[in-house]
Amino acid sequence: MIANDLNTVLPELILAVYAMGALMFAVYTGKDRTTPLLIWVTALLMFGLGGWIALMPDGSHEAFNGAFIDDGFSRFTKTLMLWASGLVLLLSKDYLSRNDMLKFEFPILIALATVGMMMMVSAGDLMSLYMGLELQSLSLYVIAAFRRDSLKSTEAGLKYFVLGALSSGMLLYGASFVYGTTGTTNFAGISSVIAAEGMTLGMLFGMVFMCVGLGFKISAAPFHMWTPDVYEGSPTPVTAFFASAPKVAAAGLFARVMHDAFGDATADWTQIIAFLSLVSMFLGAVAAIGQTNIKRLMAYSSIAHMGFALMGLASGTQEGVQALLIYMAIYVVMNIGTFAFILNMEKDGRAVTDIRSLGMYSKVSPGRALALVVLMFSLAGIPPLVGFFGKLFVLQAAVNAGLTWLAIAGVIASVIGAFYYLRIIYYIYFGAETDGLEVRMPTLHYAVLIASAAIMLFGSINLFGLEAYAGAAAEALLK
Amino acid sequence: MTITLFAFYVFAATAIGSGLLVVLARNPVHSVLWLILAFFSVAGLFVLMGAEYIAMLLAIVYVGAVAVLFLFVVMMLDVDFVQLRSGVANYLPFGALIAGILLMELGMVYGHWTFAGEAGNLLQSPTPDLTEVPNTYALGQLIYTDYIYLFQASGLILLVAMIGAIVLTLRHRTDIKRQSVVAQMHRDPAKAMEMRDVKPGQGL
Repeated sequence: MIANDLNTVLPELILAVYAMGALMFAVYTGKDRTTPLLIWVTALLMFGLGGWIALMPDGSHEAFNGAFIDDGFSRFTKTLMLWASGLVLLLSKDYLSRNDMLKFEFPILIALATVGMMMMVSAGDLMSLYMGLELQSLSLYVIAAFRRDSLKSTEAGLKYFVLGALSSGMLLYGASFVYGTTGTTNFAGISSVIAAEGMTLGMLFGMVFMCVGLGFKISAAPFHMWTPDVYEGSPTPVTAFFASAPKVAAAGLFARVMHDAFGDATADWTQIIAFLSLVSMFLGAVAAIGQTNIKRLMAYSSIAHMGFALMGLASGTQEGVQALLIYMAIYVVMNIGTFAFILNMEKDGRAVTDIRSLGMYSKVSPGRALALVVLMFSLAGIPPLVGFFGKLFVLQAAVNAGLTWLAIAGVIASVIGAFYYLRIIYYIYFGAETDGLEVRMPTLHYAVLIASAAIMLFGSINLFGLEAYAGAAAEALLK
Repeated sequence: MTITLFAFYVFAATAIGSGLLVVLARNPVHSVLWLILAFFSVAGLFVLMGAEYIAMLLAIVYVGAVAVLFLFVVMMLDVDFVQLRSGVANYLPFGALIAGILLMELGMVYGHWTFAGEAGNLLQSPTPDLTEVPNTYALGQLIYTDYIYLFQASGLILLVAMIGAIVLTLRHRTDIKRQSVVAQMHRDPAKAMEMRDVKPGQGL
């Protein structure tokens, strides 16, 4: 029995045991001198685990009395998260060493956060959901404040912690309502009660509270307040990390709870999520217009993108979940590429975040400028780049689910949002010439930037088969 | 009036009374002391319910560790409680309004509260018969066998908390002398002391 269970959670187990082993290794040997080694080993392990999970045979397994579910959906999101975490970790090494933050705890905390994310998307029970969520969140609070001598970074960490604790409280409060009504924390049990007796008022309350908590974690408006401050205050590699894997985990968890536990009450939650989606899209698009700090801009951009991703979930259909997964995968690739660039925005050894400093960057480095332009166009969702197809899939899912008004609102928001992406392009090609950023860029960052832009450009042919994988994952969730 | 009933009322009244005084006491150290009394009274209530293991845990963990930790924090950190309380008057009316509305809404939910018909059968870990299974055993079964996954996950969370506390606060000072045990053990009596003949009026 226990052997089967352990076999099912083997990837999580390996990563968790590795994190603990690496911690002991670093403490008893070279301490911070081992960080570069640990970063490489952790990243390679994540790539390896991601590849292994991707190649696992189909099928759905439960472990620990249904507290852990390993199915196509969790495997898809886990692969995506592991690869994203590993890549961001590799990208952060250069920035950390330049800013004297190369501590061995960093890769370990990222690894533990990733374990938490894997537990989140595999949760089959309200308790394991909360455990995964807290493991991930707590690691993120710590790395947000990682530059502990900077007032902004500590403020970001503290703000994130306080608001995160509040949202966890909301989530738990909602979970207690659901448990109080059904007598079980198991998703399958909750779902069977809803199928037999429908939603009671107490359960509806619980579900709304849980949506609030999850909306906070995914940074959907109107629970987005922390995002710009935390993105701005955290060290840039941490911001890059926030904008990649944890977003996938939160979206995956949201889809998992809604479809696994409340799958028979679709009408009750799709309207909540449609509202979150609508507000996020518009807030992300409008509030970013006044921003000149690129990290804050990316924060609002992530809010708007989460709005689009939630539109897929708001459809409440299998097609919608598929669109959500496609959207998240594309979003992560675009963001990692963009952050590979942002991580190297420097002048005289100091990080620069003002977008006006990009003035006439096309003269400094035409190749990189072009790659960035492709990414910005893709983030804005302009055809024929891949970012457009991400939006197309969610819009289609929304229209097919009868949410035409939401789809139209999404198109309008996306047009408004295009303004600030285009403004960056304007600065790059036509802006006032400034002293200019440093030209130096490590090979890895350069390669990631170019590769990300190339994927955005050439992926539009067939999305590299992503559609089929996401479809299979969505089918596994809804069956 | 049986002795159990009498004990219940004594413990319950003490718990509520000391709980009130935790909030009302002006001196924070007194608050913590009242808190300890509240913990003890609640432990007494648990004993009356037959949950002696939880009662002991409460006494050992909460009184022994948590409350003492609070006491240290209150006494060692210079927290100005008067200043902390100064904003209360400004925020109280608005906060009370929000709390009132929320309470009313929740009251409506509780008014309509219904349990699912299946709730009894769906219980994953119903309380076993206390005469057959001792409660310590039942808890152990639950925590270390049924919920081993969650138990280990909470262990990981605590590990992250520990790493976080260290990485955010520990500072290695370079300007202080540290003990080196190896160096101490390898000291040689012959070299440990050196005789010098110091001439009057001259230093070394």
